[in-house]
Amino acid sequence: MGSTITEKIMARHCGRDMVKPGELINAEIDVVMCHDVTTTPAIDMLAEKGLQKVAHPERVVIMPDHFVPNKDIKSAEMVAKIRRWAKEQGIEKFYELGRHGVCHALLPEQGHVQPGTTIVCGDSHTCTHGALGAFATGIGSTDLAATLATGELWFKVPETILFRLNGKLQKGVCSKDVILAIITRIGVDGALYKAMEFTGELIDDLSVEARMTICNMAIEAGGKSGIINPDQKTIDYVKARTAEPFEVFVSDADAEYAAVIEMDVTDLEPVVAFPHLPSNGRPVSQVGDIAIDQAYLGSCTNGRIEDLRIAAQIMRGHQVAPETRMIVVPATSDIWKQANHEGLLDIFMEAGATVSAPTCGACLGGHMGILAAGERCISSTNRNFVGRMGSPKAEVYLAGPGTVAASAVEGKIADPRKYL
Amino acid sequence: MKGFAHSYPRAHINTDEIIPARYLNMDQEKDLAEHAMEDLDPDFVKNVRKGDIIVAGEDFGCGSSREHAVWALRGAGVRAVIADTFARIFYRNCINNGFLAVECRNISGKIQTGDELEIDVKDGVIRNLTQNEKYTFLPIPEFAQEIIDAGGLLNYIARKVD
Repeated sequence: MGSTITEKIMARHCGRDMVKPGELINAEIDVVMCHDVTTTPAIDMLAEKGLQKVAHPERVVIMPDHFVPNKDIKSAEMVAKIRRWAKEQGIEKFYELGRHGVCHALLPEQGHVQPGTTIVCGDSHTCTHGALGAFATGIGSTDLAATLATGELWFKVPETILFRLNGKLQKGVCSKDVILAIITRIGVDGALYKAMEFTGELIDDLSVEARMTICNMAIEAGGKSGIINPDQKTIDYVKARTAEPFEVFVSDADAEYAAVIEMDVTDLEPVVAFPHLPSNGRPVSQVGDIAIDQAYLGSCTNGRIEDLRIAAQIMRGHQVAPETRMIVVPATSDIWKQANHEGLLDIFMEAGATVSAPTCGACLGGHMGILAAGERCISSTNRNFVGRMGSPKAEVYLAGPGTVAASAVEGKIADPRKYL
Repeated sequence: MKGFAHSYPRAHINTDEIIPARYLNMDQEKDLAEHAMEDLDPDFVKNVRKGDIIVAGEDFGCGSSREHAVWALRGAGVRAVIADTFARIFYRNCINNGFLAVECRNISGKIQTGDELEIDVKDGVIRNLTQNEKYTFLPIPEFAQEIIDAGGLLNYIARKVD
């Protein structure tokens, strides 16, 4: 019996030839990513327990992103504390404002994600990095503190669900629609505790960035991780960003899966997830007439350059509807610069949208685009829980970047395909 | 341990409901406690008493990895959460904090707010002293129990490092 990519990576990182689902292991961690919200408590915990020395400062990558540029005095104090701590610990990989970005967009972009590695961060969307064939999972602050102190973390080896995605996407349908359709099919706890491995013709066709969108939302189905076997596209993407050596693992043909789910995407329409769960997906043709107050384009799910290109293509020559506002948040500084260079930011601004600095910002109801009671937002983000983007009486509809752009133009939820 | 129940028999109560992100510029239990469960039940903080127990449906704690959710509940006086099932990161955060999270399938519809419960971790039994009922649950895994007994993961590690 063979092993899955997840089992192989875990085995390698606990010094064994093989591990099986259900086993408890202590795994060595290659990359510990730290952002503003969950890192400060970890720093306090380490000090309190006398575990003050970070085991491997060179494996730590810090990027304040949630409430930056600092939204208030408390957030400013948090980042100031992390900055001081990084200096004390000799942590050199610190992405200061201006070179910063939403952590899950920045980490792979800057070459810190390599196939075959283990990555943790105090953030549930850490599963994004499985798109490059790494084992990556979100943890809390105590786990973060433990990893910083010891360089290791305990895991239960997860079972894997294999999603075999066949067919080709219609024009105007994107990887966000695919993952929303998957979550709608299996539910927000449909992959609870499990690794979600994505394969098939569709995955082969997708760019590395589009694959990230799929793995990013594994947590929205309860998954421990999302993962994709690396191919030549992955290797090219990584080698363009780092000279570090890495080892590629792929699942064996006879690996054992908890379930295999087949899906054909040929007839898939753009999907919109209604409030208040990501699993409330409906084909855009069945949405009906839903006026929106705000359209939000950004986040670790869909704030990358390809997403901005899709939205700009739709918005070129159009205006944001009079009673609607649109916020565009390029996910990293490099994406911002690239979008500027390509003229995309001009297209958004000319259309009457506004463009902000990179931040997690309003995606989690932090700042820079909070919703009032009774307002509706269509958003390229990953969660539409009650209160997620502001008032608990606001509504969030999740969709791909094209649908967000088309909806901004029409002032109501709209099908992007007619603009392409 | 004994405590009075607050029943929320709904599935997928998420971390945004347990502690909204607008308060994540704070990380002290006493500050977070003032906003525990705010977007789900604005009266929760007013009604909760020290030692109370939350009883909920499937997938409790889904969403964000914010450990602030555990701290907000503990700060508000909650001693334990019993749920049909738990989301993974929240459950792990409970163990790591030495905070009792008991998974007991199909329990959520059976318990009313105000019921007095007794949780017997060793025998894997919850007794409903008000309704005179008994529910069994699978024991907490040995490794997790060791962490809970140590008072959380960092104490457990600090001991091993010593």
